[in-house]
Amino acid sequence: MEISVRHRPFILLTIVVAAQVLLIAFQVRHSDRGQRDVPLVRYWAAALVTPIERAGTWTFSKIGGIWTGYVALHSTREENLRLRSENDQLKLRNRQLETEAGEAQRLSALWNFRQAHPEAPMMAAQVLGSSPAMISAQIIGASADPNSHTMFINRGDHDRIRRNMGVITPDGVVGKIVEVFPNTAQVLLITDKDSGVGALFADTRTHGVVKGTGDPQPRLDYVVNDEKVQIDEEIITSGEDRIFPKGLPIGTVGEAKPANPFQMIHVKPAARLDRLEDVLILTTMQDVNLKKADDSAPAPNGAPVPTSNVPTSQNPAAPMKSAAKAATGAGPQP
Amino acid sequence: MSLLFSTGMHSDSKVEVHKFYGGTIVGAAILALVLQAFLHKFGQWSELIELPLLVTIYFGVSRRNPVSGLLLGAAIGILQDGLSHDNPIGLYGIAKTLVGYFASSVGAKIDTEHPIARFGLVFVLFHFHQAVLAITQRALLSRSAPIFNLHLLIESLVNAGFAVLFFAVLDRLRKPR
Repeated sequence: MEISVRHRPFILLTIVVAAQVLLIAFQVRHSDRGQRDVPLVRYWAAALVTPIERAGTWTFSKIGGIWTGYVALHSTREENLRLRSENDQLKLRNRQLETEAGEAQRLSALWNFRQAHPEAPMMAAQVLGSSPAMISAQIIGASADPNSHTMFINRGDHDRIRRNMGVITPDGVVGKIVEVFPNTAQVLLITDKDSGVGALFADTRTHGVVKGTGDPQPRLDYVVNDEKVQIDEEIITSGEDRIFPKGLPIGTVGEAKPANPFQMIHVKPAARLDRLEDVLILTTMQDVNLKKADDSAPAPNGAPVPTSNVPTSQNPAAPMKSAAKAATGAGPQP
Repeated sequence: MSLLFSTGMHSDSKVEVHKFYGGTIVGAAILALVLQAFLHKFGQWSELIELPLLVTIYFGVSRRNPVSGLLLGAAIGILQDGLSHDNPIGLYGIAKTLVGYFASSVGAKIDTEHPIARFGLVFVLFHFHQAVLAITQRALLSRSAPIFNLHLLIESLVNAGFAVLFFAVLDRLRKPR
């Protein structure tokens, strides 16, 4: 039977469609039985398409990477500049906060120091009160003269600062006020050659005078050669200079050797004089508790011990007059 | 069977039959399937475009040979079924077989080179394709599938509009006269 030329495509269409209908019926029947349908067709389809898809995905990811990594970075420069600026600001802020934190730590140390010395009336710490006995101050400058060991603080006459007030830190004695200006004051450090502080050994109670030499280490004078001095022995204020209360640390013995007529004793200052930032000013020097000092150096009538009355047991009178003079300092007197 | 395949080569002598470089039709069909599967990763908007259907229509219309058109449609449809998870093999196969056949038949009768003609042809064949799919699913799989709704209308318009551009690109794959 010859098939009409016009009808041949239609017949083929019918066959193809019918075959697929049968194929669907076959799959429906198999799926009802829980069996898999024609997996071969799916396998071929996947085998044909998935490698290309994988390649396409790889290509797209690479193109996307190039785009996001290079082309789309046109705004990154502005963003980078903005972030750098922000980073600089944060660095500055961080530095400021670190400085404030350090300051708070130092002030906390000062406060602890004040709390640790409640027994001394002149140190009845009153940093924030109305009649300050001890005022905190900040070092704002130093002397332009390298031979002059002085510092400037941010407290002055307006803060009721007066000459010869003692200046200390929680670590130990710093010096005394030698000049007062309306808003600032000049501090003579114990290392200055014009400085002198009445002192005694914490263990042996031997008296002397710590005098500045112009070097980083002052000298303890008027200690006789017979006195046995230990290295690192602690030296404290004797209170005889009427500037510092008794018992404040001055430093420790750095070196001691016999000399004529007294021992040559170098003192390592307790306060870190090379990196001072905050100090305390003792404002009530008239109230120095000399009664306690009487325990070691009794006064005849209970009056404050004059600096000339330094222990007579170890020191001759004449040197002690010099000691007293040195202890009061060579700076201007009130 | 060989007689069946050979008879379809005769088309209307008044309408030009376009030829393509070797492997173009197969390559374009596979690429359409790949892109269809690949683009589905990028969200629902990509599902609006039915690339395998557009390729079936284009090559059916261009070749103007009902036999090659129906066979190309059957192959593309079966592979599309193969790539789906829940469609039985033959669902899209039947629909695209018919689309390929009718696209070739229409292409053999009228000139479909004009964009408006292409737009209209794709619009009609898209709905025909959906109708066959819906009927097949209802009849053979007892699935409810819409024959026509607003979403399908929008989809058909999108495909018809896209086909105008897409066919213009595919035109460049033709062999010069």
